[in-house]
Amino acid sequence: MKIMKKTKDAMGRVGRNLKRDVARNKYVYFMAIPVVVFYICFCYLPMSGLLIAFQDYSPAKGIWGSKWVGFGNFMDFFRDYQFPRLLRNTLALSFELIIFGFPAPILLALFINELRGKHYRKFVQTVSYLPHFISLVVVCGLISNFTASTGVVNQVLSLFGLEPKTMLMDPKLFHPLFILSDIWQTAGWSSIVYLAAISGIDPGLYEAAAIDGAGRFRRIFHITLPALVPTITILLIMRIGNIMNLGYEKIILLYNPTIMETADIISTFTYRRGLLDADYGFSTAVGMFNSVVNFAILLLANKLSRKTTGESLW
Amino acid sequence: MITKRSCGEVVFDVFNAVFLGVLSLVFLYPMWYVIMAAFSDPSRFVSHTGLLWIPEGFSLSGFQMVLRTASITTGYLNTILYVAAGTALNILLTSMGAYVLSRRKLYIRRFLSLAIVFNMYLSGGLIPFYLTVRSLGLYNTRWALLLPTAINTWNLIVMRTSMAQVPESLEEAAKMDGANDFVILFRVIMPVIKSTVAVMVLFYAVQHWNAWFHAMIFLQDRSKYPLQLFLREILLSGSMTDIAAGSTGEDVNNVLTMNMLKYCTIVVSTLPILCIYPFLQKYFAKGVMIGSVKE
Repeated sequence: MKIMKKTKDAMGRVGRNLKRDVARNKYVYFMAIPVVVFYICFCYLPMSGLLIAFQDYSPAKGIWGSKWVGFGNFMDFFRDYQFPRLLRNTLALSFELIIFGFPAPILLALFINELRGKHYRKFVQTVSYLPHFISLVVVCGLISNFTASTGVVNQVLSLFGLEPKTMLMDPKLFHPLFILSDIWQTAGWSSIVYLAAISGIDPGLYEAAAIDGAGRFRRIFHITLPALVPTITILLIMRIGNIMNLGYEKIILLYNPTIMETADIISTFTYRRGLLDADYGFSTAVGMFNSVVNFAILLLANKLSRKTTGESLW
Repeated sequence: MITKRSCGEVVFDVFNAVFLGVLSLVFLYPMWYVIMAAFSDPSRFVSHTGLLWIPEGFSLSGFQMVLRTASITTGYLNTILYVAAGTALNILLTSMGAYVLSRRKLYIRRFLSLAIVFNMYLSGGLIPFYLTVRSLGLYNTRWALLLPTAINTWNLIVMRTSMAQVPESLEEAAKMDGANDFVILFRVIMPVIKSTVAVMVLFYAVQHWNAWFHAMIFLQDRSKYPLQLFLREILLSGSMTDIAAGSTGEDVNNVLTMNMLKYCTIVVSTLPILCIYPFLQKYFAKGVMIGSVKE
């Protein structure tokens, strides 16, 4: 009884404070309304929709009328013959993106920073942002067009005696194509953060090092790189915390039945089973499995980083 | 710095300059190839193999064919509508949200911040999102492309951070003069942070211009399709019937002529963005950096 009275008091206090605050800032609260409505409609309602992962959901019966099946959908997914392949492809593609894609903008920023000549530097930077602004549809159109058996890539390779072939039909080539095009599209844009961090380094450090006789390379390794470590760590945690969220839009644009064995990932499977086959309960469960694993890895990476480097997201 | 460069350093500088030159070419060349191919003479381009540095002959016939295509015109007009209306809505809602979150003394500020940031780490996922949008009655309406993307949480935080840096004395002065919060936001704060606003406009506009996924899953009527969805049909599903139907040429069945038409379509759809971004790039670093400042 005592606890209930306490909560009631606390709620009353919150209510009174809120009332007073609303009266004082009525326009601010008025502005908050559409924002709150947006987050409720498009973020929190979908989150409550996760309940259908535990249902044999049918839109006609709705969330209250559909049959509850516990973890049935999850078990179905784990028993699905495609499950090992989907998990393997998702993790493999993501790890490859981290190993090859993550260092690319860092290296690019280091190289650009060492460039002499202000105008040349500006030019390289501007050009490196260009692919970021090209739409995914066009980028994928270019990939499929250039790597077609009659495409420009094959025309050039045939000069070196290679047999022309439609590269997007070759399961072995999908990962390299996906990763190379990803680096091409994002490296320049992602280097902005690193370049900005480099420009924040105290020039006095470089001067002092130069007086002490440190050459260019030692200055890069002992001043520039250490100064980038916090930025690198944070971005790496964020990247690892998105390990299961690959660009599925790009895969949907590029894949075809001949390369499913290497191209199909969990989120493309969710899309197909959910939106094309309208198997809502099952695909929601698949999507939920994906984000739960993802979130667990994020927590782990964050914790690990706080212990080892002292940097963390929160 | 007035240090003399050692021999190794000179070699490094030369290597670095050459390396970045080659890299720039790699970034630039795919679009360059497309533009050069688009302006080429179809009959000569067909027999061309290998890299292309300047147009093979010169012709605008590809563009004539593309611009006569009904779906491209429809897509273009729709995209312009989505970009204009969508970006306006984005800026309105994002700035209001940012203003609310930057009020230091607001009672619900902490709660609201948490509730919003929470979404960056956890979400319902694609299928519940899709079902929600359908149940709100937005399926197959233009609103489906505007409302669900009305606020990008990342951009909201960037704008909040930027607003929090505006000196309080400015607002105090406006308040003394009897300005309400709407006047303070739109007449006092927004002009002060206009470089951040410019970046936000660019980010949102590019996002709308390039978006296709929501259009694909939410729209049924082809009359509402944005440009990117038609582009997908033309570039990736190999459907050239629209363009071929409008042409009078005899060799439309030729794969390479088809390719040339694809290139013209890409140029028509991408050039507007490629023309504006270099002029706004001085703001990029600022926009990206403000966002990466931690809470």
